[in-house]
Amino acid sequence: MSDNDNEHIQEHIKVYLTVFGALGVLTVLTVAASYLNVSTTEAIFLALTIATLKASLVAGYFMHLITEKQTIIWILTLTFIFFLFCMFIPMITYIDHTSLS
Amino acid sequence: MQIPYTIEERPDTGLNNSKLGIWVFLASEIMLFGGLFSAYVFLRIAAPVDDFAYWGSKLSIPMATFNTLVLITSSVTVIMSWASLKMKDFEKYKMYMGLTLLCAFIFLVVKYFEYTGKFHHGIYPSSSTFMGIYFTLTGLHMLHIIGGMIVMGYFWLPFGNKMWQSNPEQFTNRIEVAGLYWHFVDLVWIFLFPILYLL
Repeated sequence: MSDNDNEHIQEHIKVYLTVFGALGVLTVLTVAASYLNVSTTEAIFLALTIATLKASLVAGYFMHLITEKQTIIWILTLTFIFFLFCMFIPMITYIDHTSLS
Repeated sequence: MQIPYTIEERPDTGLNNSKLGIWVFLASEIMLFGGLFSAYVFLRIAAPVDDFAYWGSKLSIPMATFNTLVLITSSVTVIMSWASLKMKDFEKYKMYMGLTLLCAFIFLVVKYFEYTGKFHHGIYPSSSTFMGIYFTLTGLHMLHIIGGMIVMGYFWLPFGNKMWQSNPEQFTNRIEVAGLYWHFVDLVWIFLFPILYLL
């Protein structure tokens, strides 16, 4: 391995440690936000926003998705569409029940 | 016989087969947990008002926060073990992989105390719909932790890491793939923590 490659990895390590710090801070923020005097809807929105931010950092930097090949991006895009569909099924059921009553 | 494209990239996918394989597997895992997250939303909508908040308040936030930090730390140590191999430093790899396994073990110990604490107070999966989905989601997640520990433990022990001597590049790829799985396990917990413990 050349010195150039080593330097490249060292740069990556700096990024990993920065992301690690950010994840720690965001975890503390998530807990702190749960003690705020807000409505359930606002609490859900806040908690899921922070969780999504944390997940993006893990996926983007630790799993290297920001520099990953298009094949993987397409696989994940398709999965995400199915995941969203999966998450909307309870909503559709709920709306259906509401309209029936 | 050598399995093709374990190191070099396939011209059509632009990836080596192990990386493509783990991402397709992780896609199926997203759908597995996605189905259970969907069940959580469905049960929460159908539950009486404040029922989920009531049962959720019986869980320990400090223990879960500690476990979240432990899992995040393990994500960093596993990627550091891969980076160490990239820099041809096998001793550092063993140290970081050992730390990852230690973090995973600590996570399981905390979870053991959480579970036994609930059982001690007569709280079981059958106690409520919240507890049903709580034990299902965290139990499945715990099985993933154990699965990851078996794979990483194998690569950490001498009989599993001897490939480093014969084929270092393929061994590094194996650690990268195991690391991707481990990050996914961390990622699932990032969502489990707020929806089960904080909301």
